[in-house]
Amino acid sequence: MNTPGMLVAILVLGAGTFAFRFAGPVLRERLTLSVYADRLIAVAVVVLLSALFATATITEGESFAGYARPAGVLVGGVLAWRKAPFVATVVAAAATAAGLRLLGVP
Amino acid sequence: MRSIWRTVDEKLGRRLARDIALVLVADGLVGVSFGAIAVSDGFPIWVPMLLSLFVFAGAAQFMFIGLVAAGGALVPAVLAGLVVNARHLPFGFAVADVLGSTLPRRAIGSHLMIDETVAFTLAQHDPARRRAAYWTCGVGLFGCWNVGVLLGSIAGTVITDTDAFGLDAAFPAVLLALVLPSLRDRRTFLAAAVGVAIALASTPFVPAGLPVLLALIGVAVVRPKAPAPAPIEAA
Repeated sequence: MNTPGMLVAILVLGAGTFAFRFAGPVLRERLTLSVYADRLIAVAVVVLLSALFATATITEGESFAGYARPAGVLVGGVLAWRKAPFVATVVAAAATAAGLRLLGVP
Repeated sequence: MRSIWRTVDEKLGRRLARDIALVLVADGLVGVSFGAIAVSDGFPIWVPMLLSLFVFAGAAQFMFIGLVAAGGALVPAVLAGLVVNARHLPFGFAVADVLGSTLPRRAIGSHLMIDETVAFTLAQHDPARRRAAYWTCGVGLFGCWNVGVLLGSIAGTVITDTDAFGLDAAFPAVLLALVLPSLRDRRTFLAAAVGVAIALASTPFVPAGLPVLLALIGVAVVRPKAPAPAPIEAA
């Protein structure tokens, strides 16, 4: 392994990631946003988290993640929709996926 | 420890404190698997540790390690990680209010910005609770993630597959449970539905990380209704 190269790569990735994270709060202070822009950002965050949810549920890399994971998330989703406690939702999702894999479902 | 827990309990309420604790444990275990995978791929311990301390973003870390381990060059691996983390820019706009106004607080708070932290903050409406949720979840995740990665790196190949425990299903379930109340608004739901469709449809064709960003097209397609009517210009 090329040690200095790896060190620089990790530091650059860290600095770039920090720049993305830091830009929002700093820009936010310098710009006066309209109520409409505020609303737009709130919707954008929900859209990003929803897309993250969907891709993390269904895909692994560039292909299908298999059946156990979406099935687990579906069970969790139904519980969340029926207003079950958060803990029950998350544990049920994990337990369903783990149980299906134990039974040999990919 | 007991007194820290009591303070957290008072500011967040027992339910929220317990919900966050569950996510901390789950993410700590994913950290164990990240450390174990990195070490079993032949990386020295400092590589997963430095990534976890400096980058602190699970998806980008897994992708970076995966690409380099598969024989990829460092530059594309860094670029891929940056694309995956670009979503933090709009996140920063949305949680700016909870970070505080001094430079150190804002810098530290920015570094703790993680999907789960943002989702927990989004689900709270009272400003004090938003702040408490962000900082508790952020600091807690930073601790659990790094301790998990260290333990996994040392233990080597003990747990390389957290999928066996269904933890890969826990992460999306956390996001769904936290985002569900926001989806009750019809326009927000439509924007999210269009975004999800775009993200899923583009996944096989574009580099990882990009589908989630492309989902933002959903915001443009379904323009959210302005809260107040626009002023009408005199004819």
